[in-house]
Amino acid sequence: MSRSVAPLPGRDGRARRHLRQRWFRYATGALALLVVVVVLLIVQQLWVQSRPTWSEWGLGFLVRTTWNPVQGEFGALPFIAGTLLTSLMALLIAVPISIGIAILLSEYAPRRLRDPLIFVVELLAAVPSVVFGLWGIFVLAPLVQQHVMPVVAASPLGLLPFFGEPGPGYTLFTASLILAVMIIPIIASLSREALMAVPRDQKEAALALGATRWEATRHVVLTYARGGIFSAAVLGLGRALGETMATTMTIGNRVNLTLDYFQSGYSMTAIIANELREAASEIHVSSLVAIGLVLFLISFLLNSLGRLLLMRTHTPGT
Amino acid sequence: MDTASAPPRALRLRLRHLRDRLLVALCLVALALAVIPLVWVLWEVVGVGVRHVSWEFLTTLPQPPTVGGGGWANAIVGSVVVVGMAMVMGVPVGVATGIYMSEYGDNLLGKSARFLSEVLAGLPSIVAGIVAYGLIVVTMGRFSAVSGSAALALLFIPIVAITTQEALKMVPGHQREASFALGVSEAATTLRVVLPAAMGNVLTGVMIATARIAGETAPLLFTAFNSRYWMEGVDRPTATIPVNIYSYAISPFEHWHQQAWAGALVLLAMVLALNVAARTLWARRARFMAGD
Repeated sequence: MSRSVAPLPGRDGRARRHLRQRWFRYATGALALLVVVVVLLIVQQLWVQSRPTWSEWGLGFLVRTTWNPVQGEFGALPFIAGTLLTSLMALLIAVPISIGIAILLSEYAPRRLRDPLIFVVELLAAVPSVVFGLWGIFVLAPLVQQHVMPVVAASPLGLLPFFGEPGPGYTLFTASLILAVMIIPIIASLSREALMAVPRDQKEAALALGATRWEATRHVVLTYARGGIFSAAVLGLGRALGETMATTMTIGNRVNLTLDYFQSGYSMTAIIANELREAASEIHVSSLVAIGLVLFLISFLLNSLGRLLLMRTHTPGT
Repeated sequence: MDTASAPPRALRLRLRHLRDRLLVALCLVALALAVIPLVWVLWEVVGVGVRHVSWEFLTTLPQPPTVGGGGWANAIVGSVVVVGMAMVMGVPVGVATGIYMSEYGDNLLGKSARFLSEVLAGLPSIVAGIVAYGLIVVTMGRFSAVSGSAALALLFIPIVAITTQEALKMVPGHQREASFALGVSEAATTLRVVLPAAMGNVLTGVMIATARIAGETAPLLFTAFNSRYWMEGVDRPTATIPVNIYSYAISPFEHWHQQAWAGALVLLAMVLALNVAARTLWARRARFMAGD
């Protein structure tokens, strides 16, 4: 050792040694803190940019129904309604399908088949939203218009207030169908994890009592995993609400407050996508950002709720 | 045993088994309902796209719709640059956050970072665009590639942070203990022992996150915007493949629709290649570690 002078003991030396040992922890911690700061920054940005709208109309903005950039009249209700209608319909379609897939993959499929099938379902999640939108415009919308809407309208479902006269191809209904396809992968894979987390002995006990595989699945596995499946649905709903391109390209983009799925409508994401880049007046920009803030808050709540439920329903490491 | 009740009981048993079969069939139908759209989308994109992808499409600038021909070379370059810059911003933050959460994160900061990463991973992508718009586009006074990258980085970081944390957690604790026992510092233990052991899975996470942001359109509409020319700088509006697909698809020109399909094929090929590569890498690592 060539060092002749040992570091002096005392506060200084100890602090330096402490820093030398711990700097990496602090450096990575600083970047982790950045993630927390980013979330605060998002909230701050959305709030500051949407201030004029809130001071003009307050929370009344959420229930106002006019949207007229020329006269400077803005209200969010048609967009909130369009987003909720399409997302809930998508959820209604996607949840049963996803549970079916999850049951098949976790309870029935032989191992050899399971991995490739999981792979395929995950690929579905990897297809970019704009590609679904392109397919929606040129393939799904004409098909829905010509072959699906007339059938639904003629069936008993047509008596419901949700399904009126078959309209154009670009409707709330078309957007709901695309959203359903897009959220199936996340709901299916989270539900599958919930089903896989059910202790084997629970299911085996049911089988030993003479239950068929389906009875064991339904009464034991599904009961045990229902919390996990519920949170999967909540997270899927969060995805559907925030989905932009596929919705924008198929929903019809008409400011139209309606419960009729066979009419064109608008969604919160679509109005932002269509108008933010060309919005000229301050109040127009701030109204679009205000819609973004509402969207952020809803999806933040749904994601937090979904994650908290997941944490409570199954232990990490499964 | 009461023989009189035997036939109904046997019948009931058969009915129960029949119902078992029936519900399996229903599950298969559910799987088909998910897989059919996927195959259908792939079929259309490949079938239509392949007819319109050409050397000209990949290497020349766009032409006005009335002229015909032309290509998306500027958008392909633009996408690579915008996504590349997002990775430059996002990889250090994402990986470092993942390291902190896994190695030192058993505290308030670590837990909040994890929770917020999960919440951010579900952030509507258009909201990331609004934030970058407010912070960069409004400040600079014009649309720019770098604002698009910032928006994409917001989406990229949480995915990488979470996958990095999961990857590092899979490294057995005794490797860390052995390193500490030899007197190796915290930094060197993480960077030279833990991170190399988990590198395959960390890269998988980075690749999946890259594939995700490469297809993002919504946050780029009002950040990177669009351009008909070669990229003039990272502070200028820039064309990207996803935004082009959108604006060409909603245009009234048949010729542009065809190019939108060609662009979708290029984008899908890139995204799926990244995903397939990432997942085969993951599978190999998992097998390797299991056999270790």
